[in-house]
Amino acid sequence: MKDKSHDPNQMTGAAMIVRALIDHGVQHLFGYPGGAVLPIYDEIFQQSEVEHILVRHEQGAGHAAEGYARSTGKPGVVLVTSGPGATNMVTALTDALMDSIPLVCITGQVPTHLIGNDAFQECDTVGITRPCTKHNWLVRNVNDLAKVLHEAFYVATSGRPGPVVVDVPKDVQFAVGTYHPPRKSDVHVSYSPRVKGDAAQIRKAVALLASAKRPVIYTGGGVINSGREASKLLREFVEVTGFPITSTLMGLGAYPASGKNWLGMLGMHGTYEANMTMHDCDVMLCVGARFDDRITGRTDAFSPGSKKIHIDIDPSSINKNIRVDVPIIGDCGNVLGDLLQVFKAEAKRPDIKAWWQQIAQWRARNSLSYRKNNDIILPQYAIQRLFEATRGKDTYITTEVGQHQMWAAQFYGFEEPHRWMTSGGLGTMGYGLPAAVGVQVAHPDSLVIDIAGDASVQMTIQEMSTAVQYELPIKIFILNNQYMGMVRQWQQLLHGNRLSHSYTEALPDFVKLAEAYGCVGLQVLKPADLDGAIKEMIAIKRPVLFDCRVAALENCFPMIPSGKAHNEMLLPEEATDAATASAFAGGKALV
Amino acid sequence: MNQPASAYFLEERHDPNETHTLSVLVQNEPGVLARVIGLFSGRGYNIESLTVSETESQKHLSRVTIVTTGTPMVIEQIKHQLDRMIPVYSVVDMTLSGRSIERELAMVKVRGTGNHRVEALRLADAFRARVIDATIESFVFEITGNSAKINQFIDLMRPLGLVEVSRTGVAAIGRGPEGM
Ligand SMILES: Cc1ncc(C[n+]2csc(CCOP(=O)(O)OP(=O)(O)O)c2C)c(N)n1
Ligand SMILES: [Mg+2]
Repeated sequence: MKDKSHDPNQMTGAAMIVRALIDHGVQHLFGYPGGAVLPIYDEIFQQSEVEHILVRHEQGAGHAAEGYARSTGKPGVVLVTSGPGATNMVTALTDALMDSIPLVCITGQVPTHLIGNDAFQECDTVGITRPCTKHNWLVRNVNDLAKVLHEAFYVATSGRPGPVVVDVPKDVQFAVGTYHPPRKSDVHVSYSPRVKGDAAQIRKAVALLASAKRPVIYTGGGVINSGREASKLLREFVEVTGFPITSTLMGLGAYPASGKNWLGMLGMHGTYEANMTMHDCDVMLCVGARFDDRITGRTDAFSPGSKKIHIDIDPSSINKNIRVDVPIIGDCGNVLGDLLQVFKAEAKRPDIKAWWQQIAQWRARNSLSYRKNNDIILPQYAIQRLFEATRGKDTYITTEVGQHQMWAAQFYGFEEPHRWMTSGGLGTMGYGLPAAVGVQVAHPDSLVIDIAGDASVQMTIQEMSTAVQYELPIKIFILNNQYMGMVRQWQQLLHGNRLSHSYTEALPDFVKLAEAYGCVGLQVLKPADLDGAIKEMIAIKRPVLFDCRVAALENCFPMIPSGKAHNEMLLPEEATDAATASAFAGGKALV
Repeated sequence: MNQPASAYFLEERHDPNETHTLSVLVQNEPGVLARVIGLFSGRGYNIESLTVSETESQKHLSRVTIVTTGTPMVIEQIKHQLDRMIPVYSVVDMTLSGRSIERELAMVKVRGTGNHRVEALRLADAFRARVIDATIESFVFEITGNSAKINQFIDLMRPLGLVEVSRTGVAAIGRGPEGM
């Protein structure tokens, strides 16, 4: 037998894992140790190229990695142990799958000879995570490990991005085998996502766009995922065509909120002008969005008079909820580039002055208006003041889930992509704080703010401890209404105002809690004190928990009620009890 | 529109259902069948019949044949959802291609004596079913054909002493010289 002791590619499975991370340019990974991953932790200890961030709960590692990925465009990497470590990751994996976030999660597993024996801390990780990953692998042979790890990175980051899991039994981590650096043949031949759009379809789309009288561009997270170039091309396309543009929750920032063609977000809590424009348009260009049910409202009444063009890298997103006329399968950036080129060469921008006049009338309804209050802080006002105070600064925003999330989307203006991290598809309370940790790890000198709710923030509040340990000066800006506001809103609208368990009694003293963790706690009760306190928060170079006491019973408008179409929105000034009752008629609403 | 209180739009769709046979070429690796089945159960699609076997052992390829029902939009979804799974090479809708042959094999056990036994044997002959096991009071028939033919044969055997049936499910292949 050949002497392999000097072959640098001979190493243990555990060493291969760290080596593969380095080969893929990973600088940070988020994790939590346990019996089944100790060999890997031992390797991590003995090197300095990859920095490990110790979280306080595996779900936090997952969301931190998501925040890291979304704010950088690079994959987020997670390391957790078998059994409970793996099951704690399930929420974050599902979240990443729904929002198409590239994650590579390595899980430890019990030794191969114990698999299936109900061994200590054994669970069927690949079985449990199969429906919540883009793909997963159980590696039973150390000589397969390098190939699987490289494939894992490729699958997570290519095509429609998503989370992957590599489950590595402990004996495979100890075993010695041959490592090889990433190479093309590491990838399943059956997997080859399509990047370039079909030229004939692109021509058809251009012809349709050039003939439009009432066009709209509707974009989503796909534009962000495609990379910065896609956002640049999108902006140029809007400039060249002069078309109005709206976006989903996931797509905010691809086109700047200060841009003159911006209609605001669309959908259930989108602006009146965005939804009316969608409803009445004659040509719709959907780029990297998926006609989700929060967007379309009632599908049989969704934009009834329009021809629809849909660009998406995932063929399964096309014709899933809404039938489209011109599907284009490909990467958003790539297709936008081609579309722009053909449009410039062959089409003239149509005259849509009348359409803009119509849109101006809808805008004049001022659907995000709210009445001012000098005594209590209104949550919308708090977001507006936060936005003003951070305008022009190098800021990243994450959120939890609830009313505060919608207000953040409505009132915080995003100028750039990758600046807005929110759990859209899964709607995971507890996402924002660990996501902020991940963002801050990637951008240590930036201002990172989690716009939080009093209920959501308690789901992963222990990650404050992570922020303190790694000196991550995140800001947790809680819109504290002492309610699960979004649940209460639905109970008011749909369940006869019976507020069943949506009141959070016995809230902690957030200021003391912050101090107990070693963060700074601030509390504000009055509108007059808000600006000063925000300024103070920004100036503090340590993690801050900001308890912003807001009006308890404020609700989030405008709103498309269930079973209604885009042109049946409920506007804030109309949202009297009677109007609300009739808007929700048919339900048991407010009887 | 009368819908109960819900955060979702509860719509009923009334498109008619269609039955389609899909041929799916997959990498034969651990868990691949679980992925396919999980997709169907997880997304609420129907499986009327499913067969799977390795077809090219050198290349580790297996062929899965699935008969499913759904509205045209759902059938299209199923194909895309299958196609985007990492170990799936290709998905062909045999029903849409319109040029495919579908076959199923069934083993049918019938117990009886006298006239019933004679009649069973005569019908088996008419259906080109073969006797693959016999005792003085029973037969096991092997029959191959499309599902309708097999259903018909089983129905005819019922009054003649049908004991049990084992079916392989549908396998399908395209006509002509081209592969999938
Ligand atoms: C993990 C999880 N559990 C339950 C829900 C359902 N849910 C959606 S919003 C919400 C209330 C959120 O309350 P809070 O964080 O205080 O935000 P607010 O709506 O008051 O701004 C709940 C319980 C969820 N989205 N996620
Ligand atoms: Mg709240």
